[in-house]
Amino acid sequence: MSLTQEAVLAGIKEIVEEVAGIPAASIEMDKNFTDDLDVDSLSMVEVVVAAEERFGVKIPDDKVQDLVTVGDAVNFIVSAAK
Amino acid sequence: MIHVRTGTHSRIMSVGGYQPSRVVPNSEIVDRIDSTDEWIRQRTGIEERRFAAPDESVLDMAEAACKQALSRAKLTMADIDTVIVATITYPFQAPSAATALIARLGNPKAAAFDINAACAGFCYGVGMASDFVRSGTSKHVLVVGVEKLTDFTDPDDRATAFIFADGAGAVVIGPSETPQIGPTEWGSDADSRDAILMEPSWNEFRNDAQGISWPNIAQQGQAVFRWAVYSVSKAASRALAAAGVRPDQLDAFIPHQANVRIIETMAKEIGIPDSVVIAQDIRTSGNTSAASIPLAMASLLEERPDLHGGLALLIGYGAGLVYAGQVVQLPPKP
Repeated sequence: MSLTQEAVLAGIKEIVEEVAGIPAASIEMDKNFTDDLDVDSLSMVEVVVAAEERFGVKIPDDKVQDLVTVGDAVNFIVSAAK
Repeated sequence: MIHVRTGTHSRIMSVGGYQPSRVVPNSEIVDRIDSTDEWIRQRTGIEERRFAAPDESVLDMAEAACKQALSRAKLTMADIDTVIVATITYPFQAPSAATALIARLGNPKAAAFDINAACAGFCYGVGMASDFVRSGTSKHVLVVGVEKLTDFTDPDDRATAFIFADGAGAVVIGPSETPQIGPTEWGSDADSRDAILMEPSWNEFRNDAQGISWPNIAQQGQAVFRWAVYSVSKAASRALAAAGVRPDQLDAFIPHQANVRIIETMAKEIGIPDSVVIAQDIRTSGNTSAASIPLAMASLLEERPDLHGGLALLIGYGAGLVYAGQVVQLPPKP
């Protein structure tokens, strides 16, 4: 399955809004999960698991810490889904 | 033809708990790990915990919890034929904590052994004790969860120093006319052994301990959170199904007290409705590993005496990784 960056970003916005209560409008590719969006390490796990289910990809535990920005997560998911 | 014994149904007859007197608020922990009270509360729910005194041992705490459980069951140690101690912090490889405990409690002839199933140890013990009673191997079993985690926690470790604490909890499991302990759902995820470790091994200390670090607990928080919330909660649902109990038929959910965020997200995953009381003893007790479920059970029944005799889902999970859970009927009012 191939996913576009736009589609994944839209999905991540919905997930972060659902998990952390951050308005989707404020979520952009360059935002840092921790510093800009206040998504802490445990909420990040919830985001990752929701993204795995939604996009049908695997995001291993040792990769989660590399997903610093929204763009990191979007790009990881897009390439994992190829 | 070999003769076999047959037993009865089983039940939890009583629960007892012991916590050290020293209350340690977050403010006492934060300076060494460059953290704040707010950060710890937000990540874990922990407001304060109990630390044992330097001369207060695993056995001291276990003995106190057992005496309370025995008295509440209106039994004496002479009635107990089996003692199971769940602990990872008894600082002797052998003989076991359980044999030291039966000697102290005054029945040095009882069957006694320790189990190493970390934070799942208590539920492993409840499952075994229930099966011992049901098979006729035992009549009355003391199951004790006890930890002095401060002996194996690095006060400078930013990942663990604010989590772990000390305490003991015990239940008496004995015969019953009706089934009051459901089937145990248990297992492991041993491919994730690295997620929670106590290293190095004792062998490292054999010749020259210079430069060898003490085997404190190390934990990968995100990996444990993910496993607990998304894998262990499925085991909890299987324990409910095996007992033929729906989430809305529960009176209480008493999971291992690892972290309020895990407890709340796990409850959501299992589908525990708002009508069920969720134990959150972690807020004032910290994570006491094998002791956390019986301690949470004891404190819940003190706060909410109406829950005596109610249905509770227990689920323990921890280093291994290992898990075990069962539906139980909470003990009657003493």
